Amino acid sequence: MEHVTLLMVFGLALLVAGAMMWLPTLLAPRRTSAAKVEPFECGKDPLALPEGRFAIKFSTVAIFFIIFDIEVMLIFPWAVQVRALGWTGYLAMLVFLGVLMLGFLYMWKKGGLEWD
Amino acid sequence: MNLVVFFVVAVVAVASALALVLRRNPIHGALFLVVNLGCVAVLYLLLSAEFLALAQVIIYAGAIMVLFVFAIMVLIPGKEETGPDPLRPQRLLALPLGAVLLLEIALILKSSVFQAAQPVAPPPALPAGAGGIETVGRLLLRDYLFPFEVTSVLLLAALVGVLALAKRKAG
Amino acid sequence: MDAALIPLLPLLVVGGTALLVIVLDLLPPRDRKGHLGVVALAGVVMALLVSLGLWGREGRAFRGMVVLDNFALFLDVVICYAAALVLLLSTDYLRRNDGERGEYYILVLLSTLGMVLMAAAADLIVIFLALELMSLSLYVLAGFFRGRLAAAEASMKYFLLGAFATGFFIYGIALIYGATGSTALDRIAAATRAGTRDPLLLVGLGLLLVGFGFKISSVPFHMWVPDVYEGAPTSVTAFIATGSKAAGFAALLRVLLSTFKVSQPDWTVLLWVVAVLTMTVGNVVAIAQSNLKRMLAYSSVAHVGYMLIGVVAGGALGAGSVLFYLLVYTFTTAGAFGVILLLERGRREAVDLDDYAGLAGRHPVLALTLALFLLSLIGMPPTAGFAGKFYLFGAAVRSGYIWLAVIAVLNSAVAAYYYLRVVVYMYMRDTEGLPTGPAPSFAGRLALAIALWGIFQLGLLPAPVLDLAQAAVAPLLR
Repeated sequence: MEHVTLLMVFGLALLVAGAMMWLPTLLAPRRTSAAKVEPFECGKDPLALPEGRFAIKFSTVAIFFIIFDIEVMLIFPWAVQVRALGWTGYLAMLVFLGVLMLGFLYMWKKGGLEWD
Repeated sequence: MNLVVFFVVAVVAVASALALVLRRNPIHGALFLVVNLGCVAVLYLLLSAEFLALAQVIIYAGAIMVLFVFAIMVLIPGKEETGPDPLRPQRLLALPLGAVLLLEIALILKSSVFQAAQPVAPPPALPAGAGGIETVGRLLLRDYLFPFEVTSVLLLAALVGVLALAKRKAG
Repeated sequence: MDAALIPLLPLLVVGGTALLVIVLDLLPPRDRKGHLGVVALAGVVMALLVSLGLWGREGRAFRGMVVLDNFALFLDVVICYAAALVLLLSTDYLRRNDGERGEYYILVLLSTLGMVLMAAAADLIVIFLALELMSLSLYVLAGFFRGRLAAAEASMKYFLLGAFATGFFIYGIALIYGATGSTALDRIAAATRAGTRDPLLLVGLGLLLVGFGFKISSVPFHMWVPDVYEGAPTSVTAFIATGSKAAGFAALLRVLLSTFKVSQPDWTVLLWVVAVLTMTVGNVVAIAQSNLKRMLAYSSVAHVGYMLIGVVAGGALGAGSVLFYLLVYTFTTAGAFGVILLLERGRREAVDLDDYAGLAGRHPVLALTLALFLLSLIGMPPTAGFAGKFYLFGAAVRSGYIWLAVIAVLNSAVAAYYYLRVVVYMYMRDTEGLPTGPAPSFAGRLALAIALWGIFQLGLLPAPVLDLAQAAVAPLLR
């Protein structure tokens, strides 16, 4: 039962998101014209439809994101116990982060974060 | 209350898993997978495995799904690449093989080995708050300190590996 | 030095070298990376010496998760030899193939770290992490030559099937944890002694064996071997064939012999069948191969079958012969791939059997070297291959597995055909357009010399090393 609050947050999020999608269909006036349905009302016509392919570079960034996401997630358990774990825990965390920071430095210097 | 939540979430989880497999559009499939992963996170919470639920949402529903969606966007097949499935004949084998496996499992479960067996050790009793993040923190940085540190080296290997494969000629 | 860290010493040396190479890779000079290979090699040799120096010591670290015993040390030596030979062979090979980058040496070191850790792991979670560290680095190394389609295929297949096998492995760990309440090997052993034949435990062990079977490439989990061995850079192929197999056998032997000793009758039956299948399928399919890398891939499958005989035979002699054979196999296979990666024809590597026709006329020394390695793979005296097979088959006979030994001897006879065929091509055929290798560099010659020394040292004076191998498995059999 201790997670009821969490459930309420989920419910609220669902409610707000649903309302935001549903309300405009009630309230917004619908007067379409040829210009309005174009992807960009003013400016150049689009060259290609957006369902084309993405550059592979995005997935490289996504993989780096996963790696550091896992790292950050493993910091939480230490953070909530930081007093109980004391200096040994601090040292252990330092080694853990040190190795990954070296990896981060390597990635940075090797140009892993550059777009081209 | 817990039981009600379990049934609702379990039904949604199974439905979204089915939808994931059956939808033709891969992006829709990915979105159903997010729903499924979220449901599983709630199931973890019901088992009071809080850290696992957290990891499920942050890593799977968050990071890994982003990668999935990117990968789908990169690989989304153009018209010229969607032909009939070359392995279609193999589908004929799937049903009989699956049936044989199911039969095997049923036979094993009914066999004497399983019925008469004594578990070698009683399942360890979980202390209160076992799945909580405090417990995980204590275990991770005391009892399982060594695997914890090895994890950082594993992540380092992943980083270097991505650089080796994805990066154009290093400048 | 803190006494508690001594069991970690080989790990710290390899891991520290990996971190050092990462730092050095960021510093100038940027265009040449040969010095990184030298540093990596120095680290591996240092780990080798440290392991030899620690021989006889015992200890545990981190709540018993890492163990130092002669078993781990013997395999450290095997793995470090493999890594050192591969590093010696790599530098020149990479430069010729335009693949000289710092990441290569870092990944070789990190996967070596995973292998060394696998030999020393005394907890299923640590074994899993070590397996992943080793495999992840090897997946990337297999596809290191990015421009080549075969390399991409090799990397992808290795990764997909490897990840699948890892899934089996970790499922097995979960079931064993469920049955015994622990992931520590000694506690699982204690729980199995208390009450046996819990089906959950046996299913868990079966799933673990699937994972190990993939890593050591035993039939029926060998499907990836030919494509990966063919597509990967040849230096990496040598490393996958030697180091990763040694590490796989290390963890397999520790888990089977020491943790699941009680279930020995169960897994012996299973491994008997797997051993027969593995050597037979490997040898029979190898006959049909005209690509030398693929042929050696199937031959490596067959050799796994021979080594599994030692596992089935069990005891100090059986398990000791496995360790002895791993060392023999490392020298022989690394040497054979080492000759192959030196030869080129046109702008591609010479890997077809036809490329080797008449090699003896053009490169007499290389041809003789390759012939010697092939003879060792056959098991001809006085090479090490003979001694290794003699001990393995002898252990099988001693333990009463006469039929297993008979099948193995028949298999060796079949194997002689396809190895000798290469020798015949080299010495008795003539053809135009011979493979032209650049003169092997000093490092390459040194690697081949060490491998040759290994097969003759172990072939002519096998007994002392076999004694060491038997001493090494003693801690498992207590």
